Amino acid sequence: MDQTTLNFIFVGASFALYFGIAIWARAGSTSEFYAAGRGVNPVVNGMATAADWMSAASFISMAGLIAFTGYNNSLFLMGWTGGYVLMAMLLAPYLRKFGKYTVPEFVGDRYYSQSARVVAVVCLIVISTTYVIGQMAGAGVAFSRFLEVESDSGLIIAACVVAVYAVLGGMKGITYTQVAQYCVLIIAYTIPAIFISLQLTGNPIPGLGLFSTMNEGLPGGVEAGVPLLTTLDGLLTDLGFNEYTATTNPWLMALYTLSLMIGTAGLPHVIIRFFTVPRVADARWSAGWALVFIALLYLTAPAVGAMARLNIITTMWPNGVEGEAVAVDDLPDWFRTWEVTGLLGVEDLNGDGMIQYYNAGSEAGAALAEANGLEGNELVTFNRDILVLANPEIAQLPGWVIGLIAAGGLAAALSTAAGLLLAISSAISHDLIKSTINPNISEKGELMAARISMLVAIVVATYLGLNPPGFAAQVVALAFGLAAASLFPTLMMGIFSKRINSKGAVAGMLAGLVSTCLYLFLYLGWFFIPGTAMLDSSQYLFGIPPTHFGPIGALFNFIVAYLVSNATEEVPQEIQELVESVRIPRGAGAAVDH
Amino acid sequence: MADSPSNNEYWSANIRLVTICLVIWALCSFGFGILLRPLISGIAVGGTDLGFWFAQQGSILVFLVLIFFYAWRMNSLDKQFGVDEE
Repeated sequence: MDQTTLNFIFVGASFALYFGIAIWARAGSTSEFYAAGRGVNPVVNGMATAADWMSAASFISMAGLIAFTGYNNSLFLMGWTGGYVLMAMLLAPYLRKFGKYTVPEFVGDRYYSQSARVVAVVCLIVISTTYVIGQMAGAGVAFSRFLEVESDSGLIIAACVVAVYAVLGGMKGITYTQVAQYCVLIIAYTIPAIFISLQLTGNPIPGLGLFSTMNEGLPGGVEAGVPLLTTLDGLLTDLGFNEYTATTNPWLMALYTLSLMIGTAGLPHVIIRFFTVPRVADARWSAGWALVFIALLYLTAPAVGAMARLNIITTMWPNGVEGEAVAVDDLPDWFRTWEVTGLLGVEDLNGDGMIQYYNAGSEAGAALAEANGLEGNELVTFNRDILVLANPEIAQLPGWVIGLIAAGGLAAALSTAAGLLLAISSAISHDLIKSTINPNISEKGELMAARISMLVAIVVATYLGLNPPGFAAQVVALAFGLAAASLFPTLMMGIFSKRINSKGAVAGMLAGLVSTCLYLFLYLGWFFIPGTAMLDSSQYLFGIPPTHFGPIGALFNFIVAYLVSNATEEVPQEIQELVESVRIPRGAGAAVDH
Repeated sequence: MADSPSNNEYWSANIRLVTICLVIWALCSFGFGILLRPLISGIAVGGTDLGFWFAQQGSILVFLVLIFFYAWRMNSLDKQFGVDEE
């Protein structure tokens, strides 16, 4: 059986599973559509949250991101997990106690203001839409790489699959498909990692293998018994690359980490997952379980990154850096397979029949070139996603593992897309239609409105995925920056302060929103349109890149909200009582059937 | 019930607990993992230093312990102050 057929079987089987769950978990009421009837077990919710959170980027790109910069990109590992500590202690249990369906609904009620609610809806839609574009595109890419389907048709197939289970099942259907998707993606991620770790270090747990010593009999002049990271550092230095474990700029790294942490905690599609558990105590446990399931992948990713990087180097230099490089005719099969996709590319620049991979721009690289008559790095294309995608082939695993990776990549993209689409559609049907446009809408009518909003959101996301704005990469920075600067501070102050009033909250949100957008637009172009940037990277304020701005926007939000609230009226008595009641778990059960 | 003394005590106990947890949270990630890495660079872990371990694995493990500790501690504080869910 050829590889494409095998991939089709795996992906087809996983889709059949999702459809089955969708039919089993149909939503019959708005409570089920928005919050899965608040009957989700905390461990199950933790698993669904992990799938909701881990996107195509976490699955396909993160190991590569870490592999290419080593220590410095650890900020993604800490940033995308540390946010759960903030969420568990500062937001999730209290918002669960509040017991409503959407994030803007809390903002509107706590700040007794329809305009606050609408500003929150705008923030939510901008954050979630920018995110969902990447997921749709990711699903299209996974289709085209593994199933030899055109990327565009792949995207449309993915959209149809999500449409079936999200429109039918709402949060309830999404929750249980996310659980299935988590299982698929974690198995797909860890199996190749375990084998690679065994091959290189003899340790079956990749996270421990990363800090273990090398096995005997490995190619590339690798010495047995030397720690893996020391070996990698040595090889990279010889080839003129930066050391894997070296630090570049600790202060900027800390700021970016903080930006990702606060942004994570403020992402509405993750927050609403905690509305689905039965009790406040469950929301606390559930945040812990979510991080357990996320950590299974996040502790493996740095090992995958380092080991795959080492494997690539020893493939290119099978006799060690001092010996002869790999001959063009001796390149392994997987290398040829992936060359076709354009993710890898070689060119024998000096015509010696061998492929030399090194950093031509460095001193060590120049010396290497001088001694061996090299005319530049000959591994001309080296896409970082290859480290995960080609892992099963690098580890010489059977074809079904590759099929599993295909299903896993799609599971990661679809589960996150569905969560985002639910956040968008519930904000539209519940916060705009039900609360602003037509408050008298019946329960049945609202459920129908929610389904239609979901369908419209999917169509818009598909359109944007097919015609991605040229700035898709920067837009993700916008999503995190906005979540950090607008929603997180406003939600946190709503719970931890009784003094912040509606004027303060609206002014604070706008301050965070405007300052963050302004900083991004000044350096990346107005609305990210190329050529409209007014300042360049040499003019960063205090050297801070726009991607790192989130915590500063959040600081503006806090300060403005505090100052404006203190200069204006006190918070009404009944709102102070609302805050008091949000702070204690007792009575959460009553909120279920509001 | 809103402003009863035991509720205030419950809330300050919560704030204390959150503060302690967040200090540890910051110390392990921003501290040991990033800014204080040079200070603990003498401690070797599997071919590199302790700061690298904290940045790639240690802080995630600490986050996990913190959330479960917080959940366990808060759930028992709820009972102690009689504000748990019936």
